[in-house]
Amino acid sequence: MEKTATKAKSGKAEKTDFPKETYLWWYEQMLLMRRFEEKAGQLYIQQKIRGFCHLYIGQEAIAAGGESAIRKTDRIITAYRDHAHPIVRGMHPKYVMAELFAKATGCSKGKGGSMHMFSKEFNFFGGHGIVGGQVPLGAGIAFADKYNNNDNVTLCLMGDGAVRQGALHEAFNMAMLWKLPVIYIIENNNYAMGTSVERTSNVHDLYKLGSAYEMPSFQVDGMRCETVHEAVAEAAVRARKGGGPTLLEIKTYRYRGHSMSDPGTYRSKEEVEEYKKLDPIEQVLATLKKNKWIDDKGVENMEAKIKALVEESVKFAEESPFPTPDELYKDVYAQKDYPYITE
Amino acid sequence: MRTIEFREALREALTEEMRRDEKVFLMGEEVAEYNGAYKVSKGMLAEFGAKRVIDTPIAELGFAGIGVGAAMNGLRPVIEFMTFNFSLVAIDQVINSAAKMMSMSGGQFSCPIVFRGPTASAGMLSSQHSQAFENWYANCPGLKVVVPSNPADAKGLLKSAIRDDDPVIFMESEQMYGDKGEVPEGEYLIPIGVADIRKEGTDVTVVSFGKIFKVATAAVKELEKEGVNAELIDLRSVRPIDYDTIINSVKKTNRLVIVEEAWPLASISADIAFHVQKKAFDHLDAPVTRVNSADVPLPYAPTLIEPALPNVARIVKAIKEVMYASA
Ligand SMILES: Cc1ncc(C[n+]2csc(CCOP(=O)(O)OP(=O)(O)O)c2C)c(N)n1
Ligand SMILES: [Mg+2]
Repeated sequence: MEKTATKAKSGKAEKTDFPKETYLWWYEQMLLMRRFEEKAGQLYIQQKIRGFCHLYIGQEAIAAGGESAIRKTDRIITAYRDHAHPIVRGMHPKYVMAELFAKATGCSKGKGGSMHMFSKEFNFFGGHGIVGGQVPLGAGIAFADKYNNNDNVTLCLMGDGAVRQGALHEAFNMAMLWKLPVIYIIENNNYAMGTSVERTSNVHDLYKLGSAYEMPSFQVDGMRCETVHEAVAEAAVRARKGGGPTLLEIKTYRYRGHSMSDPGTYRSKEEVEEYKKLDPIEQVLATLKKNKWIDDKGVENMEAKIKALVEESVKFAEESPFPTPDELYKDVYAQKDYPYITE
Repeated sequence: MRTIEFREALREALTEEMRRDEKVFLMGEEVAEYNGAYKVSKGMLAEFGAKRVIDTPIAELGFAGIGVGAAMNGLRPVIEFMTFNFSLVAIDQVINSAAKMMSMSGGQFSCPIVFRGPTASAGMLSSQHSQAFENWYANCPGLKVVVPSNPADAKGLLKSAIRDDDPVIFMESEQMYGDKGEVPEGEYLIPIGVADIRKEGTDVTVVSFGKIFKVATAAVKELEKEGVNAELIDLRSVRPIDYDTIINSVKKTNRLVIVEEAWPLASISADIAFHVQKKAFDHLDAPVTRVNSADVPLPYAPTLIEPALPNVARIVKAIKEVMYASA
């Protein structure tokens, strides 16, 4: 399926089509994600944050470039690497931090933790812990929007490991058959825990998986907000016009371990350092500086603003209460008086 | 006797069986190059090579089914689920293929396969990663379900499971892999379906299995200080269940408390309570009681986990309740 499985045109490095405001927004958002998660990593080591904690550091351009390409009314669903998405959707980061702290004020009331951020208000349909589980859900969210005759689109994110789940193929087929307005994004950071893409399949160019269903499929540079934005914007236009789903394989990299407990022995330090040279925040900052859209003072101010926001979030999380035990029997059913077995 | 970790006991069982029978192989996510997500299979790739210690993609449905097909065709697969939470994407092949193969082929195709990995809660992992599925699998005829509670049992039972000609679900715990215990040197097997009376007693029977058995043991020890002499039974397998050992014990103690991590509805505890009232009704001096997890998905917050899981205080309270002792 050469027709659909073509590579996206390589981004134009020289002159940019995006205005100053977009760059500043990308910069601010990505810096916030980065500083927020650096803090979260420290707090995990201090055992303020527990359970599994998967950091997004390195992958920020996908959340930032994806969000800038869609509307607030559009929907996003992802896996457990989900701290950045509610923030980029507009939620105050303190609610994410409080969730990490297992506090009642968290965006899932302290019931979900790191892997299960949710926000109905910000059209964030959650972080999901079973690899690939969100792939059919993404199609279903899009199904409902199509059913309701609105022109919302759904961004459904997954890792490179998730594409090996059978449910993905069933969902891709139906999404294509019914032309559902869903944009599938594979955040290809080249590893599923310790397993590289090359070790999981004969097919290493993951965008080609769409070909079996004649889904328009592209490979995208995920270290640059511009390329992510362009690819998502184009897919969104298609989806809103009734053209159905798109598959974007967005090439990225996670700087940290799979989760906080992963020593990362399966890859070299050099490999990680190579990717850090492509850092999405540095790239956006370079463009900002080159165009004289920001100066050193501006950078300093931005860092200070974000530092304050992260500190405010930690303070809020620290000071918030844990859920009280009576919360245990709440939120399990919509039915308020469900008769639980208590003996 | 030497003392080794639970994960080492499992590794010894796997290694010994793979040395003994070349038809045995290990397959699952991160089992080979990463040495196992919980280091159970550490060093096994080096010994047995990539033909027999096999890393898979995250494709549980596929590799569970591949295991079943291989078992139908003469091999003896050990399929590792990173946790049993993820076995749910593969459960069709376990229930509809493995468990049915003998029956629907009129006895022509046996299915000697082991599906193993950790089950139940393991800290603050929230609801999708904290589920105890022992009773789900135990419900299904055609399967055997083994849930060891200590390293020595783990080794002897896993060896039996691998040699068993029927499909065996073998359930461990992330919170047991580091547990140390005395494990005999050399070869030994523990039969599947035989409970272990871990402590004889006269006042009350306490039945449990798997990781939560540790908590039941702690509660029994606690009550010993108050002069309560409980008989403590480790089921070791929940399909089949060694009803006779439980019933004989209840005939002696006249009281029964069951401790289980799964949710209460349609659980192992519910099943045992049925059999005990049926077979030992006249021997009971108090209603059978049980301690299960709360009837809710396990949330992330510690303040919600604490009241949700079986703990020493809840078990002590249950034991006192059947003994009509004041708390
Ligand atoms: C069905 C299932 N199998 C296994 C796991 C354990 N697991 C959690 S994350 C993960 C790796 C996923 O990698 P990838 O999809 O590439 O996402 P990334 O972590 O790189 O973002 C695995 C195997 C799981 N959560 N669900
Ligand atoms: Mg990955």
